[in-house]
Amino acid sequence: MKPRRLELGLLILVWVIGSVCYATVDLATLGELPVNYLALLIGSGAVLLVGHIVIRRLAPHADPVLYPVAAMLNMLGLVMIHRLDVAEQLRAEVNDEKAPSPDAVAQATWVLVALVLFTLVLFLVTDHRRLQRYTYTSLVAGVVLLLLPLVPILGTSINGARLWVRLGPLSFQPSELAKIALTIFFAGYLVRKREALATVRRKVLGLGIPRGRDFGPLLVAWLVALGVLAFERDLGTALMFFGVFVILLYVATQRRSWLIIGAGLFALAAVLGYLAFGHVQLRVKIWLDPWTYANDEGYQLVQALFGLASGGLFGTGLGEGYPQFIPFAKTDFIAAALGEELGLAGMLAIVMLFAILVERGLRTGLACRDPFGTLLAVGLSSVFALQVVVTIGGVTRLIPLTGLTTPFLSYGGSALVCNWMMIALLLRISDRNRRPAVIAQSADEAMTQMIRVGIDR
Amino acid sequence: MIRAIRRLGWVFGILSILLSINLTFQQFILAPKINAQPGNQRTVLAEYERERGPILVGTKPVARSVATPKQTFKFLRTYSDGVLYAPATGFYSSLYGSTGLERTENEILSGNDPRLFVDRIEQLVAGRVPEGGAVQTTLVASAQKAAASGLGDNIGSVTAIDPKTGAILALVQSPSFDPNGLSTHDAAAAQDYYEQLEADPDKPLLNRPLVQTIPPGSTFKLVTAAAALEAGYEPDSSVPGPALYPLPGSTKSLPNWFRGPCGPNDTTTLAEALAVSCNTAFAYLGNELGADALRTQSNKFGFESSFDVPMTAATSRFPDDPDDAQTAMSAIGQFDVAATSLQMAMVTASIANQGVTMYPYLVNQVLAPDLTVLSQTQPREFERAMTEQNAGKLMGMMVRVVSSGTGSNARISGVNVGGKTGTAETGAGRPNIAWFVAAAPAEDPQVAVAVAVENTGQPEVSGNQVAAPIARAVIEAVLQR
Repeated sequence: MKPRRLELGLLILVWVIGSVCYATVDLATLGELPVNYLALLIGSGAVLLVGHIVIRRLAPHADPVLYPVAAMLNMLGLVMIHRLDVAEQLRAEVNDEKAPSPDAVAQATWVLVALVLFTLVLFLVTDHRRLQRYTYTSLVAGVVLLLLPLVPILGTSINGARLWVRLGPLSFQPSELAKIALTIFFAGYLVRKREALATVRRKVLGLGIPRGRDFGPLLVAWLVALGVLAFERDLGTALMFFGVFVILLYVATQRRSWLIIGAGLFALAAVLGYLAFGHVQLRVKIWLDPWTYANDEGYQLVQALFGLASGGLFGTGLGEGYPQFIPFAKTDFIAAALGEELGLAGMLAIVMLFAILVERGLRTGLACRDPFGTLLAVGLSSVFALQVVVTIGGVTRLIPLTGLTTPFLSYGGSALVCNWMMIALLLRISDRNRRPAVIAQSADEAMTQMIRVGIDR
Repeated sequence: MIRAIRRLGWVFGILSILLSINLTFQQFILAPKINAQPGNQRTVLAEYERERGPILVGTKPVARSVATPKQTFKFLRTYSDGVLYAPATGFYSSLYGSTGLERTENEILSGNDPRLFVDRIEQLVAGRVPEGGAVQTTLVASAQKAAASGLGDNIGSVTAIDPKTGAILALVQSPSFDPNGLSTHDAAAAQDYYEQLEADPDKPLLNRPLVQTIPPGSTFKLVTAAAALEAGYEPDSSVPGPALYPLPGSTKSLPNWFRGPCGPNDTTTLAEALAVSCNTAFAYLGNELGADALRTQSNKFGFESSFDVPMTAATSRFPDDPDDAQTAMSAIGQFDVAATSLQMAMVTASIANQGVTMYPYLVNQVLAPDLTVLSQTQPREFERAMTEQNAGKLMGMMVRVVSSGTGSNARISGVNVGGKTGTAETGAGRPNIAWFVAAAPAEDPQVAVAVAVENTGQPEVSGNQVAAPIARAVIEAVLQR
């Protein structure tokens, strides 16, 4: 099947599923279809279609699965945010209070912003290899973005983590944009240094130990991550940056020793973080035994676990559960909210969607003919993968909570926009991969050309 | 790089499998345990998602669930005549759990009962939310109302039983509470009301007729009389009835309530002793028969047994090892004898039912949501307490109590009412308890009733003055039903 047709077909499926879910919420909670349902159907269809046209115009050979998968996740997120809006609205009605402005509307507005920036990335970055030129610019940008929330007037703390920058009415999370900048830097830097970093000094227990001076960059990344943890109290972001760096270091050098050393440094940081910071200790404590703290510090996790359990195999059904009991259900705990109403079946589907997204990203990296593109694609995919594992693992008590948002699902404009920009970059790289290397001049010539597309360099 | 990326793909694949396994644990394997965790309000709320079945008195629902659209709780439990029926229905609260039939019949009311399985399948196929079944009580609305209006603002309880079946016809207490105040979804209001009820010294939340054990006073003379008849006494057997009965092994003497002898030459008959509630004659009989005989007799009426009606009633007690003085006091329902009003109604019912004690019960039928009968309670015999002849003799003696003795206020024209008054002392400075137990009509008993009014300060006459009119009203209500 032609990629274009496949993508369009998948998008229609996404649109139907998303629309049915949305209607289900209103039917279950309010007993009627949303008043503006027709407009919503047309609007969501139009946005999906515009994205599709943009991709097929600007990156015609791009992977046809990435966009529909991300769009499906985005729609499910919107549905759950809307569902939680309805719960707030009903509670306000019962209590005779003014209903809070619906977050789903805000999130939908951010979808439009994301669509614009998605288009801009595909339009401006005609060739991902050009990004390699900005390796060190990206480093500076990334570090500045990471430090921005610490600037006294600009930065704001929300819920204990100093992650936000406020500019007038707008607030955004620069660490989201830093994800992209630093991934570009990691890829560009490692492409240049990978020969040196792969050099083995001696072998210990079958592991090649790198030269001492090559430890520098890893240590810097480690210290930066520790800094983020210490000054911004953001365990998740710190973990993610360090994780992506170690992964790329391993992929670039093929040296397992880097993984072991990275894991060792991570363990050290974890111990240090545990000993130094109360909030890290608290999270471990809650993770080990949430039930004891069910009414105070562990309330959120316990509510999430109650919700997941009440959802059972097939969920309570959209609008039929009580996800509003989970504090921050729209952001950090959206996975628990979805798990309650869509059940284990729904959660497995969501995990599968993410797995497909990451797998397609890695495949893009594999198929890429230049090492920078490979590392960039693998880096971006790993950012998604780590976030998903850390957030879904966190709310389901597989690992301690870290406070990251789930890509595409969680409420939050900056994350949504940046995630779509990352998808745009992946699409750009995959378009490059799948584009025929030589354009056939004529039909006769085309017959004689032996081209195999997608083979490694 | 290819190999490393492939490995990375494997690692991410394994991580997604780990996530899935963990989700399966949380949502499927551990879910029943997590759902049962204390403080899991979702489990409570789940009960409110379906229409809870009604509790019926006759065909009229006294407790039912009303849909409350758009609220977190999708149904509100509402009670009509809540205060009147609270001793039977109990309450159903998201904050304080449930009591009474709401608690014991929860399986059927909530729709979880296996007997509703067929309905559940049908509802599942039809896509309907399952509903609960209905519980029809044995209560008679008019008897319930007569008892409540008779008690008025007094503190006390009334229990009426169908002597032939053991079906509970009235279960009333004062003060009672309004279960609507606890089932409300306004948590603050429910909490205020609950705390107010808890703080009330008159304990409105206590199920007086079923779990409050108090000294039965002279109504216990029925048990002593039954034991005497079973031991060979006749109603006209003469027994000593002096003004004072010296308690054996003690310097104290037991007086009659009217401060005189019960008959000429300090002698009376068993029937006459019961009619005038002669303390000295029954104290004498108690010592003659012995504590063991009294205990055996009382146990045959249901003392020392626990009854699930289906709420578990308190066990009524006869003292374990009383000395002679204590036995004499026990024979007139004092010392450590303690009974519920349910128990005294059972004693009366047993005598009226030709000596057979029946298991008391409050649920007549259990109905499916479509009102087909799922189960009908069959009356069960607890024990034969006395021979049919002796029971008939004792019933005759009770009729005499009402027609010419201390129980004159229970008289109903055209109906032979048998009864017994009682006044129990509960300790120095504490108010006496006025008792009246009765059964009617004597020749074909339809109802046995026990009334206990706990806040009277008056002597023996109070049984007749305060409690007998209530018993009469209940009997009339049942007979006119």
